[in-house]
Amino acid sequence: QGKFTLLRDTRTDGSFLVHHFLSFYLRAGCKVCFVALLQSFSHYNIIAQKLGVSLTAAKERGQLVFLEGLKSCLDLWFGEQEEQSGQPNPLQFISESTSDLKALFDFVRVSLTPASSDSWKGPVLLVDDLSVLLSLGATPVVVLDFIHYCRVVVCSQLKGNIVVLVHSNEDSEDEENELVVNSLCHHSDLILWVEGLATGFCKDVHGQIKITRRVSLELTGEQDVIQIYQYKIQDKNVTFFARGLSAAVL
Amino acid sequence: TSTKFGHYYDVSKTMSPELFQSIKWHSFYLPEELSLQPTVKTCNMNSAYGRLLLSIQRIIYQEGFDGSDPQKKQKNILRIGIQSLGSLLWGDDICCSDTPEDIHSLTKFLYVLRGLLRKSLSACIITIPAHLIENKAIMERVTNLSDTVVGLESFIGSERETNPLYKDYHGLVHVRQIPRLNSLICDVSDTKDLAFRLKRKLFTIERLHLPPDLSDTVSRTSKQELAGSAKLLSSGCGAMAIGKKHLDF
Repeated sequence: QGKFTLLRDTRTDGSFLVHHFLSFYLRAGCKVCFVALLQSFSHYNIIAQKLGVSLTAAKERGQLVFLEGLKSCLDLWFGEQEEQSGQPNPLQFISESTSDLKALFDFVRVSLTPASSDSWKGPVLLVDDLSVLLSLGATPVVVLDFIHYCRVVVCSQLKGNIVVLVHSNEDSEDEENELVVNSLCHHSDLILWVEGLATGFCKDVHGQIKITRRVSLELTGEQDVIQIYQYKIQDKNVTFFARGLSAAVL
Repeated sequence: TSTKFGHYYDVSKTMSPELFQSIKWHSFYLPEELSLQPTVKTCNMNSAYGRLLLSIQRIIYQEGFDGSDPQKKQKNILRIGIQSLGSLLWGDDICCSDTPEDIHSLTKFLYVLRGLLRKSLSACIITIPAHLIENKAIMERVTNLSDTVVGLESFIGSERETNPLYKDYHGLVHVRQIPRLNSLICDVSDTKDLAFRLKRKLFTIERLHLPPDLSDTVSRTSKQELAGSAKLLSSGCGAMAIGKKHLDF
């Protein structure tokens, strides 16, 4: 409860972890607010169905609040009518000159604050992916502020969890992105770092995942626990195995 | 084996009018747009990009590519081509300045365009002169916002022009990103080293492989050169072509 998990990918696509957490939390009965910035709803829905969860059904029963970033941006850009239902567009920072993410934060807060009729287990905020906000004009400080506010509400007040995906390339020249990623790493309870293999593409081992449990944050004098596995992604599943022990090798 | 698909061009001639007179096409020529409509409100984005977005959105809506009007049942896909995005032709200074005025316009444009493509029956291919963009962070962001990214690196003007490894080719093809849509897995090909050859009527992309070492007289130094070149195969980037897939089914 109250945990911040950072998903990080380098030289590969870590979005399979996003799909995993989405279906995992929905199946666990949590109320989920999914800020999906890069892909359409149907993309996530099709994959979620392969993993055994229907996003449409989850939306209908009020368990899933789905922010389709691409669609909101279109509404913002081409929408002639004023805000429907009186709520400002969560992505209004794109066209405003004051780029703060307050509207986005308000959207998250309103989505996850439980109504009296709700009976869901703890709230979860899922973001795919945070790096896009920088491309849309938000500064690193604004992005980190947004995350901070979300942590206060979702993790501390509502005792829920947050899972955020960021991209980071080695030798990246995107200093703003590196700043955000490094700062988030320091404050995360759990870091899942997915990397393509240094030796290049391999059919049987798609990459390596480094799991860091930030036990050091609990100030008990213990060190962080780090585990490394390799993985292979399949159509409906991802298999993990110890390094060098891929099924193709054994 | 040669196939007839997609190879009907001749770079020494212009396209014959009969070819495009029978199909419906639209164009966007910035100087013309500027003279037709001198002022257009585009919030927080380079105005040329803003105008282009409005134009694309208008075509999608009017021609029914977004499925909004059941009367206009479109059986076709809108194919969009945008040339030299990010260059001075679009009023963007990221290609000619170390400290561009607005580094976010291009990525914002791509994001809104992505939304338009996802919501309609359309596909878009864009070329960007990446070698002119000083700020490499922009290209990283552009890559993340695209579905497919292919880089073309020409040998002209580089030391590779005289490298015997590359004598049959005009440049390298770098596949930097492929789409992973509606599925956990993606279709990564085994071959990572590709080169292209541009002839008057043919553009071919072939696997690059080291030639067989047949002769005893091939000295050690030249073998090392070849190996060194092979290591360099994945670096560098010239003009970039980016394709964005469409939909939403």
